[in-house]
Amino acid sequence: MELNGGSVVAMIGKDCVAIASDLRLGNQQVGIASNFDKVFPVNDKLYYGLPGLATDVYTLREHLRFRVNMYRMKEEREITPKTFTHLLSSTLYEKRFGPFFIEPVVAGLTTPTPLDPNPKPYISTMDTIGCITTPKDFAVAGTAADKLYGVAEGLWEPDLEPEDLFETISQTLLNAVDRDALSGWGAVVHIITHDKVITRTLRARMD
Amino acid sequence: MNSVLTQLQPAAPHRMQEDDEFQQADSASWGSMAGFGNLSRSGGVQGMSIPRVSDPTAFLDLHTDNMSSNPDAKIKIAHGTTTLAFRFKGGIIVAVDSRATAGSYIASGTVKKVIEINKFLLGTMAGGAADCQYWCTYLGMQCRLYELRNKERISVAAASKLLANMVYQYKGMGLSMGTMVCGWDKTGPRIFYVDDDGQRLNGDLFSVGSGSTFAYGVLDQGYKWDLTDEEAQELGRRSIIAAGHRDAYSGNTCNVYHVRQEGWEFIGNYDVNELWYEYEAKKKAAREEAVAGASAAATAASPMAVEQ
Repeated sequence: MELNGGSVVAMIGKDCVAIASDLRLGNQQVGIASNFDKVFPVNDKLYYGLPGLATDVYTLREHLRFRVNMYRMKEEREITPKTFTHLLSSTLYEKRFGPFFIEPVVAGLTTPTPLDPNPKPYISTMDTIGCITTPKDFAVAGTAADKLYGVAEGLWEPDLEPEDLFETISQTLLNAVDRDALSGWGAVVHIITHDKVITRTLRARMD
Repeated sequence: MNSVLTQLQPAAPHRMQEDDEFQQADSASWGSMAGFGNLSRSGGVQGMSIPRVSDPTAFLDLHTDNMSSNPDAKIKIAHGTTTLAFRFKGGIIVAVDSRATAGSYIASGTVKKVIEINKFLLGTMAGGAADCQYWCTYLGMQCRLYELRNKERISVAAASKLLANMVYQYKGMGLSMGTMVCGWDKTGPRIFYVDDDGQRLNGDLFSVGSGSTFAYGVLDQGYKWDLTDEEAQELGRRSIIAAGHRDAYSGNTCNVYHVRQEGWEFIGNYDVNELWYEYEAKKKAAREEAVAGASAAATAASPMAVEQ
């Protein structure tokens, strides 16, 4: 985690979720790139972030892309956030004795079905070998995780509308990352609502 | 006069009980083979107490990340810096960043890494913050005593040698500092680099700390003896911004000082981030201008008329 640096945070709002990450790729203390995305889409209702070792970010992303595509073809439907979390978890546990150095965060909205007409916004996070936790408020991971906890604990409140959730998650990320030497160098935020995804890059501190 | 001197003199060494126990111990039991076993007897440690363990150096190494041989130690000491100082026609420019980190945690972004020893002397802080702060302050005291005794200001060479000799007494015991003693004396502007292993160097241009390589990069390409005051201040500032950007353990703000014959002057405190965006905007504008200029030139020079 401390080799490349980087952090991800996700938050639940009212009928929306948000996921945000910094953009730094470092080699220990030296900053290498300020355009290293750690958050990827599965579909337009589901995003996940992979903070940790950069080489594993790419490996795991491609691995998941393959598995989600196989799921899509077999099931002929989109994967739900909950199912994706379990898919990701078992992918991680497969490498129990030589894990991916990544602590993923998942954020998504479930499309209503006759069986589940009122699904709740969903976020989850897990450790490097796939132990799932599904918070009701926010999830944090990466080198600034402890700082993110502090700020998020102070700023988050229930039932935020998309624009307020954007403000909350942005302030949380920027302020946490400014206390972490290995995160920062730019930030990107995704707000997922039922009818659209809003993606914004933030003007972050570059030191 | 006499009473003032007594007041300024260091307090009589406070002998601790354990200190006496140490004196009885064989010098080999100190663990260090470099011959520091009789430090307390020779008066080297005086008031400073030392942990009651067989090998204080190993003890410090085990519990702090001070000596960088054990970065996982629980106690993280404030670290990481970019500092620079250079001599030029108009005196000396001293520029530093203001970030203090403990591990990857940014403990402070408003550290004063230039230590104002007196009206004519500046010290810079790199390495252990406490070590630099304490020893530069102590140096200030010694310099004042020198002034009172000799009715003359101390030279930069002598002041830096006082510091080098003081830290040499603690060599190998985990002190961590890389400092530049800068000032103006009878011989003109001088810079001395002094570090924890007792090294003392006189020179025109130094940069110290984790971001020093990045600062040197900018500094070397822009450095000339004949820089104007404004150019020199800008070069110092630009170098710290470059280091603050690239180095994770440097940044936040930049402090610039200018040393002249009349003593040092504080030039200003600048936000590294704001200046970085400013420099980027300037670079972008220059690029666009160059492209516009080049295409205009190409159109003019082209043997065939290019339709726009």
